[in-house]
Amino acid sequence: MYMKLIHRILLLLTALLASYQVVQGIDGLETMAIACYTIAFGVLIVAALLMIILGFEVLDSPLVVVASTLIPVSLALGLVSEYLDGLLIPYGIFIVIGTLTIIITRFAGPKKLAVIVLAVVHGAAGLTIFALPIILALRGVTAGGFAWVGIGGGLIGIGGLLLSFLKTGKPILSRETILTVLPGLLLLTTAAFVAGFMFV
Amino acid sequence: MSNLQSAIHNLKSKYWPLIKALQTGLLLTTGVAGYMSARCPIFNLGTLLGLAGSLFLAISGSTVLNMWWDRDIDAIMGRTQKRPTSAGEISPNETLRLGLILSVLGVGWAATIDALYGLIVFFGLFFDVVVYSMWLKRRTCWSIVWGGVSGAMPILAGRALGLGSIDWIGVALAASVIFWIPTHTLTFSMKFAEDYKAACVPTFPSTYGLPSTRATIAVSSILAALAMGAAVFSIGMAWGFLRLLAVLTAGLLMLAFAITFRPSERVNFGLFKYASLFMLGAMLMIVLDVL
Repeated sequence: MYMKLIHRILLLLTALLASYQVVQGIDGLETMAIACYTIAFGVLIVAALLMIILGFEVLDSPLVVVASTLIPVSLALGLVSEYLDGLLIPYGIFIVIGTLTIIITRFAGPKKLAVIVLAVVHGAAGLTIFALPIILALRGVTAGGFAWVGIGGGLIGIGGLLLSFLKTGKPILSRETILTVLPGLLLLTTAAFVAGFMFV
Repeated sequence: MSNLQSAIHNLKSKYWPLIKALQTGLLLTTGVAGYMSARCPIFNLGTLLGLAGSLFLAISGSTVLNMWWDRDIDAIMGRTQKRPTSAGEISPNETLRLGLILSVLGVGWAATIDALYGLIVFFGLFFDVVVYSMWLKRRTCWSIVWGGVSGAMPILAGRALGLGSIDWIGVALAASVIFWIPTHTLTFSMKFAEDYKAACVPTFPSTYGLPSTRATIAVSSILAALAMGAAVFSIGMAWGFLRLLAVLTAGLLMLAFAITFRPSERVNFGLFKYASLFMLGAMLMIVLDVL
């Protein structure tokens, strides 16, 4: 599918917003959280730039599943390390094993298992990014605006699932529809994260 | 058409393509970044404008002189056939005169700003026109090393102007450009291998084959990243920018390894474009970090 100028502009804005977040938005946090968020937003930056340069065809790469997994799992791990310190080790083990299993089953192994692993890991990470910031904001642990991270989590969860299931050959929506909405979805997601992290 | 309109039309269609605006702009950015990297209270608008103006003229001059010298092979290669010099829109004498005027103005202006700065700008121009284009380009594929040295001179010149001397950080910044240039030019020579072959210009792919060229690109990308990392860390770049540079570097290395182990025309083109973005991004970060 041909990438329109508007798609390129949206992706460039995404890359710039994510760059701002890496440079300014996560300063002052714990090292573990900074590392996790840098990976998440870094993958977003590189992915947006590669889409601008190479077009939507870059999504045909087998690495897309890995990239679309790394963003939510890194964000989820970063949030857990900041706000659920006691769960960091078990959650970290789950995330690392889950991500490795996704990579392995993507390249070798039964397709059904690949889809199940993908759904479980994405689901857990997506739920964490979506629910944790909203709960924290509602309980007053963080400022109310931090709930924007949860909204971003919901959006990235949708994008990640759409892409991942497209890559595993079981698309939820048609390829054209997914590609049409993807640049805008990525920008909205990044904007929500940047807005939310301002309230940390 | 009035004289003014005619002059603007000529400037746009005949002369502007002679300076390769994007390449000149990128090299100019490295020069400004080199200057800003000196960090001392150097935000002197007059000097900054002098640096930008002199570098623009010198880089443009050397580019025009290269086009004048290479007009015969440019006429053979499909990619360059439409250049004003090879298409016959501008006479060789006019091109030579323009190149010399721009070069003399650029180097002369640079020398009046600072002797060391002027000398480095002169070396850049000399290496590019005489050593790279006139002497080595048609003889050996290793000419790109000297093309790389000339491409590294703007950043070294900028830092030397800001600092008043050459230090190891300036050399490391220059090294990052020298090692970055193969990533850029070798992917280009792979894409246009047939063009270079038709013009009998030796390239890495035609001399050593594609696998060796790809391995060279991967190694040079790693070295460029290491040199850039060492330089910006020593400059004292803020952690936020270092993180972003690490992200962009990871993308560069990923693509370099991708063309080594899963080569394709598309990834090759992607690396060519991404390498430019990487360098531009790194330079902008150096400037923004100071501001």
